[in-house]
Amino acid sequence: MSTTAPIQPVAQTSSAKMLQAMVGIGIMCALLIVLTFEGTLPRIERNKAEALEKAIFKVVPGITSKQTFALSSDNQFSLVPDDSDANQLVYAGYDADDKLVGLAIEASGMGFADVIRILYGYDVEGEKIIGFYVLESKETPGLGDKIEKDPSFLANFEALDVSLTDDKRTVENKIVPVKHGNKENPWEVDGITGATISSRAIGNILGESTGSWAPKLAMNQKVFATKQPQKSERDGSE
Amino acid sequence: MAANKESSIGPAAGTTPSTDEFIKGLWRDNPVFVQVLGMCPVLAVSNTAENALAMGLATAFVLLMSNILVSTLRNFIPKQVRIASYILIIATFVTITDYVIQAISVDLHKSLGAFISLIVVNCLILSRAEAFASKNTVGRSIMDAAGMGIGFTFALFCLGAVRELFGNGTIFGLGVFPDNFQEWIVMILPAGGFFTLALWLLIFNVAEARKAKA
Repeated sequence: MSTTAPIQPVAQTSSAKMLQAMVGIGIMCALLIVLTFEGTLPRIERNKAEALEKAIFKVVPGITSKQTFALSSDNQFSLVPDDSDANQLVYAGYDADDKLVGLAIEASGMGFADVIRILYGYDVEGEKIIGFYVLESKETPGLGDKIEKDPSFLANFEALDVSLTDDKRTVENKIVPVKHGNKENPWEVDGITGATISSRAIGNILGESTGSWAPKLAMNQKVFATKQPQKSERDGSE
Repeated sequence: MAANKESSIGPAAGTTPSTDEFIKGLWRDNPVFVQVLGMCPVLAVSNTAENALAMGLATAFVLLMSNILVSTLRNFIPKQVRIASYILIIATFVTITDYVIQAISVDLHKSLGAFISLIVVNCLILSRAEAFASKNTVGRSIMDAAGMGIGFTFALFCLGAVRELFGNGTIFGLGVFPDNFQEWIVMILPAGGFFTLALWLLIFNVAEARKAKA
């Protein structure tokens, strides 16, 4: 054991001086943070928009252009510019003939460490999920982040059933997570061993999200059916 | 125990930046293998070589910047509020690092995300501020931070490379072993971090003991 040195008496410093030092450093630090924030903000936003764009093309396979739609409070969808800051957005992806392939929808929910933000592709006609991508997660590296990479987990989302009831008002079987290897029905999400909580969270997020979105999308299917012409030059040009 | 070595806490004697301040962090007083500091990120983020390298560089940057600022302000900060001031300075540079990494690449930020903010509580940075930068000139503090930062990055990389190699069968995401290689999942799990750290500490201590005998 090492012996501790006797505590040396600290010379008295006036409170004013301490306050001066703390406030001075505080102001300097705040200034530095604000400058960095302002300096990096345009790049960060561009990176995020690019990442979202890439993700949309990933979750709705085979599309060549996209259009953004916003949901209004009376359950109607309307075309909005890509950089719209409305809350409830869906991204419609079209193939080369301007036919709708699918919609990309953002969803989020609590994971193991923090909120997980995901984007999934939804086929309105076939009533199923056709793609999945994690936009933001702080799940444990090596364990929880398998929800982004594990091939057998991602295989869940090649065709995950979201069939609606005949009146198109509710989802027939809500998407539910199950233990790894216990998947029996097309609406179940096969979990990951070693990432139980994170993979369950994904199943639950999808269940909640499709439960509220799918009926609304089915009702407004005509709005997205073909690409709306007036803004076609703007889209896909980036 | 090696961790009790006091030699890393440099005396205030001498004011010219010397290369010794730089060299000591690389090997003799390596922050991970000798001082055993900053174990939280060492064990948590060292599961792949890439994560380990990025984490090491981010920590080294914060260490360098906070050492510069702390040694610049060392005569201005009263003793009683020094720790609070250091934490404030460190947290500022961690926030800046977070923004810069987001601006560089969303993917990199995605893989490091949770651990960037944890640099604030990395005791390596606070210990260098308290034990070295607050008593030495800016020049010497820069040398010290650069050495310690590179030493930390090197150590993290040593762990990350071994863990990724056995736990995933890859290095920097490139496959190394034939397809029938069975990964040792335990190496990716926290336990693997402890095993690998113990292994490296053993190697270091044996090497040191040999040198001492010779």
